[in-house]
Amino acid sequence: MSARRWALHGALALLTAAAPFLLPALAVQLAMLWIMVTLALTWDTLGGQMGYNSFGNILFFGIGMYASAIVQVGLFHDVAAYTDPAGSGSLTFTPREYYLGLAAGLLAAPIAATLAALAFGALILGLRGPYFAIATLGLGIAGGEFAAAWGYVGGASGFLMPVFPGEFGRRALFFYALAASLGIATFAALRWLYGRRFGLALNAIRDDEDKAEALGLPTVRVKIAAWAVSAFFLGLAGAIFGNLNGLIEPREVAFSGATFGVWMVLMAILGGKGTMWGPVVGAVVFHVTKELFWTYLLGWQRVALGVLIVVIVLFFPLGILGHARRRWPETFRARVEGAA
Amino acid sequence: MSALLEVRGASKRFGGVVANEKISISVRAGEIVGLIGPNGSGKTTLFNSIAGTHQIDGGAIAFDGAEISRLRTVDIARLGLIRTYQTTRVFKQMTCVANLLAAAPAFGGGTPALLARPERAERARADEFLFFVGLADKRGMVAGELSFGQQKLLEFAMALMRRPRLLLLDEPTAGINPTLINALMDRMRRANAELGVTLLVIEHNMAVIMNLARRIYCLAHGELLAEGTPEDIRADPRVLDAYLGAR
Repeated sequence: MSARRWALHGALALLTAAAPFLLPALAVQLAMLWIMVTLALTWDTLGGQMGYNSFGNILFFGIGMYASAIVQVGLFHDVAAYTDPAGSGSLTFTPREYYLGLAAGLLAAPIAATLAALAFGALILGLRGPYFAIATLGLGIAGGEFAAAWGYVGGASGFLMPVFPGEFGRRALFFYALAASLGIATFAALRWLYGRRFGLALNAIRDDEDKAEALGLPTVRVKIAAWAVSAFFLGLAGAIFGNLNGLIEPREVAFSGATFGVWMVLMAILGGKGTMWGPVVGAVVFHVTKELFWTYLLGWQRVALGVLIVVIVLFFPLGILGHARRRWPETFRARVEGAA
Repeated sequence: MSALLEVRGASKRFGGVVANEKISISVRAGEIVGLIGPNGSGKTTLFNSIAGTHQIDGGAIAFDGAEISRLRTVDIARLGLIRTYQTTRVFKQMTCVANLLAAAPAFGGGTPALLARPERAERARADEFLFFVGLADKRGMVAGELSFGQQKLLEFAMALMRRPRLLLLDEPTAGINPTLINALMDRMRRANAELGVTLLVIEHNMAVIMNLARRIYCLAHGELLAEGTPEDIRADPRVLDAYLGAR
């Protein structure tokens, strides 16, 4: 790595650590930003690197959210009694119970999501192109309907998460730290993976899956593993977001295909799919723009967001990084694989 | 010594169309064998049968003595039987060197291999093969930006990178300019002589295949029409009829 790169990474690390202290009023929003970065990065694994457009990745987000909720509550109370609307509020958690539960939840969430990805991957990753995309769309919707019908986790009225034991300002910082760690860990893990033979296999599948097979690449295993990896981090993102949000609603929060489900695709495309930094840049630009719309165009925010989406797809099909790379190939030169 | 590839009575039908009818061919290790025939005579269908793209309806295909007609493409490739495509297929958004690295035999090595970086020796081999086909200076270029002929050379290099024992080449010289054809023929001969790769080549360019192959099979209407040395084939009236229409 060159000195310039080190300086850039250092500056980013410093900014990451200082951000919630510089803008304490926005700490929750900043935590959300890291969740969004994670969503965009994990979508890009299949959508960008492997060329499989998944519209159902939200499924793993939701599964992680519910898995964590069930474990966090279930360790200390009866979940059905906790979610029963008649008895709500009577069951509480000591700080120790809260943190222990959260730790266990953060362990259970990625495991549950990964297992789901392995199972569904084995089932539908034999489909290609638009067929795969539509099948995944069904998965996300089915997840929401299933959770809404499942009384054990509160059904359609949702799941109220245990309340953070500390004071309000500390809560924001705490979840910022969690979300930032997740975002950075996701980036590091994916970057590591893309630099291995695994990354070559992903790109080969994207460019010509039949050819990859004819060369003896284990395409089935790579495809399922790739989905499992994104599900792992999506599950964690779901668990953190569920706690940050406080209330898990099945259709609007956990399996919300119309918001997070679409946003993760847009962020990756906006930033430049199939690139390492593209999803990160896309998430930052998208999240900031979205928040500005919600603040300054209230009432019209959804219209503005819709227009933004159309503009992104029409004028930036390659994404910000894709464009930059085309215009200034020297500065944003595509990494030559194998050059180490 | 038994044959490296032994196709016995292979048949393939698509609905009512008989694409291959009881075709038997054999290729010995170290040979360069040609496969010719008019358009629609079933050459590519036979390749697809051998490479496991589809299953045959009857007959048997043995590679190095083992039956492979029920294996999947991936598993057949792992045995060292690699094919190229008539419509050139490379990984278009990847660089040339990445194309070669993605063709490395190490991908057969399971999960630990997938989680490892391409080794130094592997990268050196990739560069060697790029040099071998004359694409060394295109190393970092995205494959989709190469000319058609260069993509053919790249595809050939990828196939060699995989360390094949038998290479099925589907019209390797189609659509390439004459200078490049000579270069490619030279590389095919060298791959055969120096790397010990056995070649089975579909070719429409008679000058090329008569020059390259020691033995030639000719298909027509899905059936094996003739077999022999280039001289035999050239002199066979049935072959002429098949290409130009009888009488």
